Amino acid sequence: MAIAVQRESDDAAEAGSADGQQAEVPIEVSFDRHPDSYRHWRLRVDGPVAWLAMDVDEQGGLRPGYELKLNSYDLGVDIELYDATQRLRFEHPEVRAVVVTSAKDGVFCAGANIRMLAAAAHEWKVNFCKFTNETRNGFEDATAHSGQTYLAAVNGTCAGGGYEIALACEEILLIDDNSSTVGLPEVPLLGVLPGTGGLTRVVDKRRVRKDRADVFATRPDGVKGKTAVDWNLVDGLVPRRGFTEAVARRANELAARGERSTAVRGIELTPLHREVTAQGTEYEHVSARYDRQTGTVEITVRGPAPGAPSLAEIHEAGPRGWLLAMTRELDDLILRLRTNEASLGTWVLRTEGDIAAVLDYERVVLGAAANDWLCNEIVHYYKRTLKRLDVTSRSLVALLEPGSCFAGLLFELALASDRQYILDGPPIDDEESELRASVALSEANFGVFPMGSGISRLESRFYGSTEHLDWLRGELGRELEPAEVAELGLVTDAPDDIDWEDEVRLVIEGRAALSPDALTGMEANHRFVGPETMETKIFGRLSAWQNWIFTRPNAAGGDGALRRYGTGQKAVFDRKRV
Amino acid sequence: MPDKIDYDAKIPNNVDLSSDRRLQRALEGWQPKFMHWWGEMGPTLETHGVYLRTAVSVGREGWAHFDHVVPDQYRWGVFLAERDPDRRIAFGEHQGEPAWQQVPAEYRADLQRLIVIQGDTEPASVEQQKLLGLTAPSLYDLRNLFQVNVEEGRHLWAMVYLLHAYFGKEGRTEAEALLYRNSGSPDAPRILGAFNEETADWLAFYMFTYFTDRDGKYQLGTLKESGFDPLSRTCEFMLKEEAHHMFVGTTGVDRVVQRSAELIREFDTLDIGPRGGIPLQIIQKYINFHYTVSLDLFGSETSTNGANYYTAGLKGRWQETRRKDDHQLTNDVGILERPRADGTWETEEMQAILLLNLDLRAEYMADCQTGIKRWNRILEKHEIDFQFKLPHPGFNRDVGINASQHITPEGTIVDEATWQQGKHNWLPTTEDLTFVRSLMQPVYERGKIASWVAPPTNGINGKPFDYDYVHLP
Repeated sequence: MAIAVQRESDDAAEAGSADGQQAEVPIEVSFDRHPDSYRHWRLRVDGPVAWLAMDVDEQGGLRPGYELKLNSYDLGVDIELYDATQRLRFEHPEVRAVVVTSAKDGVFCAGANIRMLAAAAHEWKVNFCKFTNETRNGFEDATAHSGQTYLAAVNGTCAGGGYEIALACEEILLIDDNSSTVGLPEVPLLGVLPGTGGLTRVVDKRRVRKDRADVFATRPDGVKGKTAVDWNLVDGLVPRRGFTEAVARRANELAARGERSTAVRGIELTPLHREVTAQGTEYEHVSARYDRQTGTVEITVRGPAPGAPSLAEIHEAGPRGWLLAMTRELDDLILRLRTNEASLGTWVLRTEGDIAAVLDYERVVLGAAANDWLCNEIVHYYKRTLKRLDVTSRSLVALLEPGSCFAGLLFELALASDRQYILDGPPIDDEESELRASVALSEANFGVFPMGSGISRLESRFYGSTEHLDWLRGELGRELEPAEVAELGLVTDAPDDIDWEDEVRLVIEGRAALSPDALTGMEANHRFVGPETMETKIFGRLSAWQNWIFTRPNAAGGDGALRRYGTGQKAVFDRKRV
Repeated sequence: MPDKIDYDAKIPNNVDLSSDRRLQRALEGWQPKFMHWWGEMGPTLETHGVYLRTAVSVGREGWAHFDHVVPDQYRWGVFLAERDPDRRIAFGEHQGEPAWQQVPAEYRADLQRLIVIQGDTEPASVEQQKLLGLTAPSLYDLRNLFQVNVEEGRHLWAMVYLLHAYFGKEGRTEAEALLYRNSGSPDAPRILGAFNEETADWLAFYMFTYFTDRDGKYQLGTLKESGFDPLSRTCEFMLKEEAHHMFVGTTGVDRVVQRSAELIREFDTLDIGPRGGIPLQIIQKYINFHYTVSLDLFGSETSTNGANYYTAGLKGRWQETRRKDDHQLTNDVGILERPRADGTWETEEMQAILLLNLDLRAEYMADCQTGIKRWNRILEKHEIDFQFKLPHPGFNRDVGINASQHITPEGTIVDEATWQQGKHNWLPTTEDLTFVRSLMQPVYERGKIASWVAPPTNGINGKPFDYDYVHLP
């Protein structure tokens, strides 16, 4: 993601010193937003077409020290965008096409703000890129699974992260004013790579020929007009006069393709309730307790109350229904922990509740998902939240204890973890109890919630072993005892109640002793066993290449391109190829 | 390289075009497109001949030749100032290296962008002034308008030559695009905002040639310092031609002020509108408007692009070689004044290299002040108690740190309501514009002139004012 050099009279990166890392101001980032108070976007729903217009407030940066010129963005801008995409899916299911455009004249979006990037700590940059990636993937997910087709109406210069926003849309229309361009100037101007899937989507999604992609990604200016169409960088050109009308026409055509009725009524995503203390965060269905000593967060997800709801009840409950409410809380917690608690490096995941209740609830939602828009949205939202876990740079450890409800869709939390331990014995604080931990598999574990690689977590866990998967299928719906769970290969180990506390302590302390960077890389390697998709490439390359380049002296060193951008001085490169 | 211009060639030039067949073919391919553009977008008024000067050499002495020419048959060509074989780059990280005769690959995109932006302004002003010939106050003024227009056309040629000669296929595409974008076009407007406004009347034309062409002078001045020698030489010669445009502006406003002053004395009132003159207050509003719109052309006060161009040696400072510093500016500090939310001004110290736009603008502002002095002297001579003033640089701005602020011509930061209330006192109102337009009746008779402007003290090339400057059908 990057800012382009606009024109002589403009400057994307503005005042403020880029030649010294700015002191990090510790601020707690909240992901609560509402369209009524957006600072950077305007959301307008017009029948089956929604208009999402970028209008970044220059003075509205999340942190001090940079101005968001030319519709350049920071995390705060993207949090609003994420909020808008979520509301479109839940509050406006009648929307069939979403136009992403700019409310500013002559500029669509100049990409991520370079001053912000140059001044930010590395973990902030990476977390920012990860979140923006997830939001862009959300465009594609909405297009594929909610029949909300995203259309980029590029009404001005569009560079770096701006073009990556467009790339995430199903179609790109570029204004034909003889000066507006699309471009990825990161390599020539900043010495880094586009951070939101730009390179990957240009070749893998838009199938731009690789030599042309090479030319494209090494020019500091962009490509416009006919060439942009010929190279398939955009899908079409639209004259400046009547631009909005032409875009509206195309959006309505795309909207007409959708199958879902436009008569459906959405549900309101009411504000989340959370109690934040120094020790943790408490939601209705999700709790998090921090242990700063060991750098651990203990996350507990509570299952639903017994008794399957009816479909009508799910609709009536709306945002209060268990699965949607729990998913929103978990999503919010993941985002907040990633952004605000970088030093809490191990997340311990637990569940609490009744296995039968989980399976009952799940059966209703999954059974209706094919025909009911709300259930469909809830399923895909939970899927996206699990994907967030998959790409989270924290060690994930699932603890399966008596009283837990790792069944069906909740068992995915354990499968997303790097290790799983089940207690084979009574609860630690009640030796007399008959209660034992158990696990139940369901259809939900066989492809309803695919990873970014397109396969289920079970398939990835037993990649290439169809017999094993068949064996597991045979156990569908049955409550499995700890010994069986271990035999089926669903957990790392099943310590008994004598060993349990010590085993768990060793796992967590051991984790805390290892290099956090090595862990992040190792975990990312292990989590995605199986095939590559555009999505896994985007995240994989972000972790491997972009992050490496970001920290290299050629970019981030005192004389590096990223740090020198905007100072008027040229980068000094170490010419050795690595 | 011949200094003398080859006028026998299809395209007059002093760059030995005949020895470069490829380039010659490319330019000959562009020529009819230019002529088509001139026909469509050039001056509306038809003439049988205008007393124009044409460049015949680029040397110091006697470079111009005067004669009656039908504008369509004007010999637009490619003229570069003489080459200094020992020229060296004067600033930035290439300081001291020989000037480049070819485009360095690393700077190709930036140079192309600079040339396209400069090139885009040249035909734009012709388009903006398209209709002015229909209301010229005298044949002398009409002639000046044509002179300015054909030379803006030639400046376009100069930029197109660079694009064709040094930027390959893309350069040729950009050269064509310069003709497809049009001032005020709803589909493909000119790149910079100020060049999409119509020049609606002759007072606006004088103001434009005074203030906006003067911006052009300073921009060309920075490109004249460029390490890319062909660009430097092109701009050097363009500056010579540009001087006449500014002469038209300076003396044009002189003559309006002169005439207004005479009418004020004659009728002993400042309210000279009913007497066919332009009230001083309206002239001041025109100054406020054209000056501030021109300030926008200097871009943001802080500019990383400007800094990059400087370090790379693409664009220098005004009179770079005469400045006494290290020509690197990495350790120098400059001061930026910015408006604060509480209505006060704060000063910020910044690296000088980030403030190059401000540096150039300061030169420009000082230059503009000389015009104000001149016009005030005319008022003084007529013992009129009124003084023109340049407004504060934060007033009426669309670009830079003052863009979202409401600042009065005196430099006071006010709220939007106060600004809107004062606006009609500061900028031409619809009524002002309508009134000025009502005075714009053409005068095509030799030796005669409109009521609102005084005749010039001298004619062109030693000819008298009542010379037959333009042959009309």
